[in-house]
Amino acid sequence: MRLMFDRRLVYHFDFVLMLLMLAIVGIGTVSVYSADYDPASSRGAIFAARQAMWATLGVLGALIMVAFDYRKLERYAYVAYAAGLALLLAVPVIGSTTNGSKRWLDFGFFSLQPSEMMKLALIIVLARYFHRSMRPEGLRLRDLAVPALLSLPPVALILAQPDLGTAGVFCFVVASMVVLAGPSPRTWAIIGGVALSVLPAMPYLMSHLKPYQLKRIETFLSPELDPLGAGYHVIQSKIAIGSGGLYGKGFLHGTQNQLHFLPEQHTDFIFSVFSEEWGFVGATILISLYLALMMRGLVVVGRAKERFGALLAFGVLSNVLWQAVINLGMTTGMLPVVGITLPFFSYGGSSLVTLMAGLGLVINVNMRRFSKDRIPNL
Amino acid sequence: MQLNSREGTNELRRRLLICGVGVAGLFAGIGLRLYRLQVGQGETWRSLSENNRIRLQRLAATRGLIYDRNGDPLVDNRPSFDVVVVPEDTEDLAATIQRVARFLRVPDLNVKQLVQAARGRPPYESLVIRRDVDYDAVVALETHQLELPGVSLDAGPLRTYPYGPVGSHLFGYVGEISESELGQNPGYRMGDLIGKAGAEKSWETRLRGVPGGQQIEVDALGRKLRVLSRVPQTQGNNMILSVDRRLQLFIEQRMAEHQGSVVVMKPDTGEILAMVSKPTFDPNVFARGIRRDEWRQLTGDRLKPLNNRAIHGQYPPGSTFKIVTAAAALEEGQVTPFTRIFCGGSYRFANRTFRCWKRGGHGSVDLHRALVESCDVYFYQVGVKLGVDAIADYSHRFGLGEPTGIALDHEKPGLIPSTGWKRARFGEPWFQGETLSVAIGQGYVLATPLQMASVIATVANGGTRYRPHFVRRIENAAGDVVEEILPEVVGTAGLRKSTLLQLREALRDVVNAPRGTGKKAKLPNIDVGGKTGTSQVFKMGKQTKTHNLARHLRDHAWFVAFAPVDAPEIAIAVLIEHAGGGGGAVAAPVAHDVADFYFALTRGRSYQVASAGTPERGA
Repeated sequence: MRLMFDRRLVYHFDFVLMLLMLAIVGIGTVSVYSADYDPASSRGAIFAARQAMWATLGVLGALIMVAFDYRKLERYAYVAYAAGLALLLAVPVIGSTTNGSKRWLDFGFFSLQPSEMMKLALIIVLARYFHRSMRPEGLRLRDLAVPALLSLPPVALILAQPDLGTAGVFCFVVASMVVLAGPSPRTWAIIGGVALSVLPAMPYLMSHLKPYQLKRIETFLSPELDPLGAGYHVIQSKIAIGSGGLYGKGFLHGTQNQLHFLPEQHTDFIFSVFSEEWGFVGATILISLYLALMMRGLVVVGRAKERFGALLAFGVLSNVLWQAVINLGMTTGMLPVVGITLPFFSYGGSSLVTLMAGLGLVINVNMRRFSKDRIPNL
Repeated sequence: MQLNSREGTNELRRRLLICGVGVAGLFAGIGLRLYRLQVGQGETWRSLSENNRIRLQRLAATRGLIYDRNGDPLVDNRPSFDVVVVPEDTEDLAATIQRVARFLRVPDLNVKQLVQAARGRPPYESLVIRRDVDYDAVVALETHQLELPGVSLDAGPLRTYPYGPVGSHLFGYVGEISESELGQNPGYRMGDLIGKAGAEKSWETRLRGVPGGQQIEVDALGRKLRVLSRVPQTQGNNMILSVDRRLQLFIEQRMAEHQGSVVVMKPDTGEILAMVSKPTFDPNVFARGIRRDEWRQLTGDRLKPLNNRAIHGQYPPGSTFKIVTAAAALEEGQVTPFTRIFCGGSYRFANRTFRCWKRGGHGSVDLHRALVESCDVYFYQVGVKLGVDAIADYSHRFGLGEPTGIALDHEKPGLIPSTGWKRARFGEPWFQGETLSVAIGQGYVLATPLQMASVIATVANGGTRYRPHFVRRIENAAGDVVEEILPEVVGTAGLRKSTLLQLREALRDVVNAPRGTGKKAKLPNIDVGGKTGTSQVFKMGKQTKTHNLARHLRDHAWFVAFAPVDAPEIAIAVLIEHAGGGGGAVAAPVAHDVADFYFALTRGRSYQVASAGTPERGA
């Protein structure tokens, strides 16, 4: 194993990516403080301190992910996959229930969200698969069978928790990796054709659903129809963001948040808290940081030494992207409320540490782009 | 295959470029949206936030109604007004509540408790101060509206039980959801009503309906200006019970002076026609919010009015259990109908004397007479021959020793002892002497009135055990049948035709023969079969000083019956606690009246004409 202190490696360590990530995490921690701020108690400080602790662990995680050659992951891909699946399977058995769904494993002093680990494991396995099954003329439809089979168990388990949002992100990440791996024109045509032919069939399918099933789908698609739950949250979130105006109401002066109009204020709706306080200027800076992170990440993908590295980094980045887009879309009222947090920003240990460790892998791919190690061929 | 080929790299770069453009596009879209919200419409949103006027109001679903088998309403809703307050719209919550208390003239309003409840909930969510206020209170509050910012009246359905304490154990009651229930029932919120006992609890999901809600715009005083959007609530489903209201009512009145329970069921389906437990309680006090002193009184009552004795009360079945012993003896070939045993008034076994209830003895008796006259000595000896485990086996075949599985909470299993049970429970071997008590339904044996009703129903219908149930069907608000509850066979006693015939003829003579112990259940023109039972509460000479009330020392009286014997329509179990007399003297007359009333109902005039001259007409 090559030491991480190898001079050439340190030289290629992507400090830009690291700093972009830390900037977002920093602003996020400050926002957690504000979201939980309560003049009468030290609630805000407690949550911010916990978030900072998770961030420290995240940095450590990222450094660990940088310390070894990422190509080793290729060898242990299926081990990681099996471990992730085992954790996921443990959830319905020993998991703890919050808000009517089981998503967490409780280990006393901290709880783990196995779906986060599973996401990373699935990305590694798919990167390995696409690395090996690359063909110059593009992926045939049958080449997509294995990725589909690999994705199905975790997605089904997560749907059963139930965690519709995370299951959706899984699908987006898998789809993104398929796109990068490059389906053949014929595959594209088939997928497109199926999609186009299913669309007109929708009304027919809908007419066969029971009224209450239809209603569930309706509320999911347009939460305004559910003024008790999601619809109310969306309105309050829009009031928070909109009332922030150009410059915001100032730190700790977000009335929407302080008066408890915002639900899940330090997780799902933390962007609303931030935007209310910092306005359009602050929000623009924050999304620019995300955009910069993505662009810098794509550069890493483009420079990767081999397909595995490129796909690995791309998978990790697409997860960040889709989570961010879904969360921002839902807090600004463009997407249904599905309970997806803002990556690197929302409060939550399990998710922050895995996201940061994941970005460590991207840095790893960048750092070892000149290394002479190769993945053994089949 | 590696990526190093120029072509592959270029292809990848091309795709990445597209991805980059896509990512930039996505973020640009979000940026535009933010611009529109924060800069374009910033002023609008800001004014909304400065005077956040959007309130969320939950629209409780109207709970389904409960009807009896003939469509008479048993549990209903009526319109009522609740006084609610939105804490955020008040200047001082405690002072406001105190003012409301003054206007309502209810000095006992627990202000501290309400203020406590308001904490930890969003300040814009309304809190119920008092449910079901009267018309005067409504007028008083309406006129003083300006002095009471944040206070409003909420019109909504209130659960009512028109017959008050009648059938309250079966129907149950509703109440505000507790914190522990909140954890177990997703979809509920603080302040929601939930079934707390009886059918209201076990059929909660069908009765509840789907709550709706609305966003309303309010003014600075919290008064409703207009509805912004709304999801209508869906009414809960209605339940049609198998209970007959008239029979239930009649039995409640007949049992007014007693503590105990009466269960009437249909032997060929397991449908409950009536289930009475005395003493009882008025479920209406729960629906409008029970006060602390009322609750304390109900739970502190020594007679335990909240207990449904039909399923929660476990009593030694006494001689009614001889049905089971007799069935076991015939099936196992320990006796034939012609086997005679001499009863001299007592039986010596293992250096102890076991007495028959008839001190003078019955003389030489066969099985038929032993049942008709309830001879203990006969069954002592049969019990010894069978052994406790054989008796336990047949008890289980009749469904004793386990809950019947009726859809009600906390049903008790009763107790059927066996050698294995005793070893597990006490670590002691079974003594044969104990088998003698078991054979006559004493000792460790315990059964609920519902279980005994099921036993007699099983004998009546030819040996099939049905699950007792009290719901016939569920209908939605439009009257369509959503669910139909069909008779469910849970097992069979596995008895031979000859055994059943023997039992039925003996039970017929318990009521109809001159020396039968259950003569008081005799109807003039319909054959009733039955079995008396008197279960000892304390053995003679074993009284302990804690039970110094004579009433508590008295025996329980049992009577189980079915009629008509040749084509049974009803099975009845009557239990009267501390009756002060035997089953034949106290319980059998109740069963008589129940059967009489039932046949008067179902046979109408023809029965009444035929039975004209019967001394005790119930109705």
